[in-house]
Amino acid sequence: MRILSIAVNTFRENLREKLLYNLLFFALLMIGSSILLSRITLGDYHRLILDLGLASINLFGVLIAIFVGIGLVSKEVDRKTIYTIVSKPIPRYEFLLGKYCGLVITLFANTIVMVVGLLIVLQVMDVPITSLVFKSLALIFLELMVITAVAVLFSTFTSATLSAIFTLAVYMIGHLSGDLKEFSKKLDEVSQMVVNAIYYTLPNLERFNLKGHVIHHLDFGMADMALTLAYGLTYAAFLLLLASIVFQRRDFQ
Amino acid sequence: MEHSDSILKTAGLRKTFKVGFWGRSVTALEGLDLDVRQGEVFGFLGPNGAGKTTTIKMLMGLIYPTSGQAWLFGRPIGDQESKARLGFLPESPYFYDYLTGLEFLQFYGHLFGLRGVALGKRIDELLELVGMSHARHLQLRKFSKGMLQRVGIAQALINDPELVVLDEPMSGLDPVGRKEIRDLILRLKESGKTIFFSSHILHDAELLCDRVAIILKGRQVACGRVSELIDEGVAHSVEVVIDGLGPEELARLRQMADRVIVQGSQVLVVLPSRQQVGSVLELIRGARATLVSLTPQKGSLEDLFIREVKNKQPELREAV
Repeated sequence: MRILSIAVNTFRENLREKLLYNLLFFALLMIGSSILLSRITLGDYHRLILDLGLASINLFGVLIAIFVGIGLVSKEVDRKTIYTIVSKPIPRYEFLLGKYCGLVITLFANTIVMVVGLLIVLQVMDVPITSLVFKSLALIFLELMVITAVAVLFSTFTSATLSAIFTLAVYMIGHLSGDLKEFSKKLDEVSQMVVNAIYYTLPNLERFNLKGHVIHHLDFGMADMALTLAYGLTYAAFLLLLASIVFQRRDFQ
Repeated sequence: MEHSDSILKTAGLRKTFKVGFWGRSVTALEGLDLDVRQGEVFGFLGPNGAGKTTTIKMLMGLIYPTSGQAWLFGRPIGDQESKARLGFLPESPYFYDYLTGLEFLQFYGHLFGLRGVALGKRIDELLELVGMSHARHLQLRKFSKGMLQRVGIAQALINDPELVVLDEPMSGLDPVGRKEIRDLILRLKESGKTIFFSSHILHDAELLCDRVAIILKGRQVACGRVSELIDEGVAHSVEVVIDGLGPEELARLRQMADRVIVQGSQVLVVLPSRQQVGSVLELIRGARATLVSLTPQKGSLEDLFIREVKNKQPELREAV
């Protein structure tokens, strides 16, 4: 119940964040712009609308997760609002989980708005809405949950600016980590071990990317879906556990 | 434990911080021993940077002690059960400024599992107590500093705590605001709560506290009842104002007094102790002069404070 109170309060705080509305506005603008672009596209414009729409939701979701997420904990410490919370009979990890859940609720609300925008565009442009579109959206949201957990982890021990840089770096490396594995095959044994260790430690965010499947109508079965969900949720849980340990040991000066 | 009614106790509490690139160690608090008993108002005094906030943060579980121990309600600090019996107002409190007074108190109520009608009733009582009923639907960002301090105290009382810890509750407030907070502290004491507050405003502490501890640069230099601390070693000076003294008497007076200030026909004499009063009265009678007033001067916490700085910690003089 206390986690829920903190989550609701965080959600309320996020709703008063102007940045959120700016990002949301641009996301909708970009999704809508695919209508214009499709008019100057030769051939199959369905692919363009789907690709641009899903990519916009992904990109702006990540931007919201990072720029709102990094402030979650560091802002509470900087503004000293955390003093009155930690002095109450609330374990620190509950506070952290509450903040995380609050941001996930915020992201969910934002994603819903963007998805409604996309569905309207798809409807208007007569693009068939398949179950794959929804699977893709679900995994985009899962990726946002992982990125948020990364942002929360960094913000438990470093400043907001550094957290943003680190989280963006993890996001980018996370999408390129497949290349990292390929690259390791060409190295000697020791270097291979190091590169592989990095590969397995960082999240493989390409696993959450179903845009290719949607555009090329490739099936993504329920078993694959369940496995990817399990991977994402386990990874986020592991990051939050790490964040809780760091947060528990911290002095609030 | 020495006293069964001990609410807050520390033993050799110590905190060092690492600062700078090389992690140089700086001691913020050096072996603090406190014992706050049930129902008393305890003042924790010292200049800025003495280690007051550091101590309070350790007691509240915000930072961890480097060594030493502390107990609240007989349990080691950080214990969730003792936190449930505690109320805390941080120094210059910053709160969620997008909330209204009512939402703010609801949020803290929820953290204690209070809900519905019981919480509504409690919030009404508290807003009434701190005189903030008019601001229940106003966002905290529109509050003045005094209003924030008062709603902050309401927040600290939401769980009806047995011990209330206030960090510099009077700092930054105007005289009216300070008086309101003083009255509030006295009302809390009347309702049986134990109050532990830090301050560098000695006058307030003198008016409120049963006992005080004074710390300087992380070291405790005095602890005890205010009256005992003030009396201890302080010579009680006496101020006498006399009208119509001749130059000869004035010369005799100068030998007895610490200070003699002549203003027109009146003379203000400061005697070092009460023992000289008799001879001064005789002198007045002999000279047929008029005694205008005679005021025994009480020692103040400020005198004690400055004496402690001068005597026990000569190297710390620049700190005050």
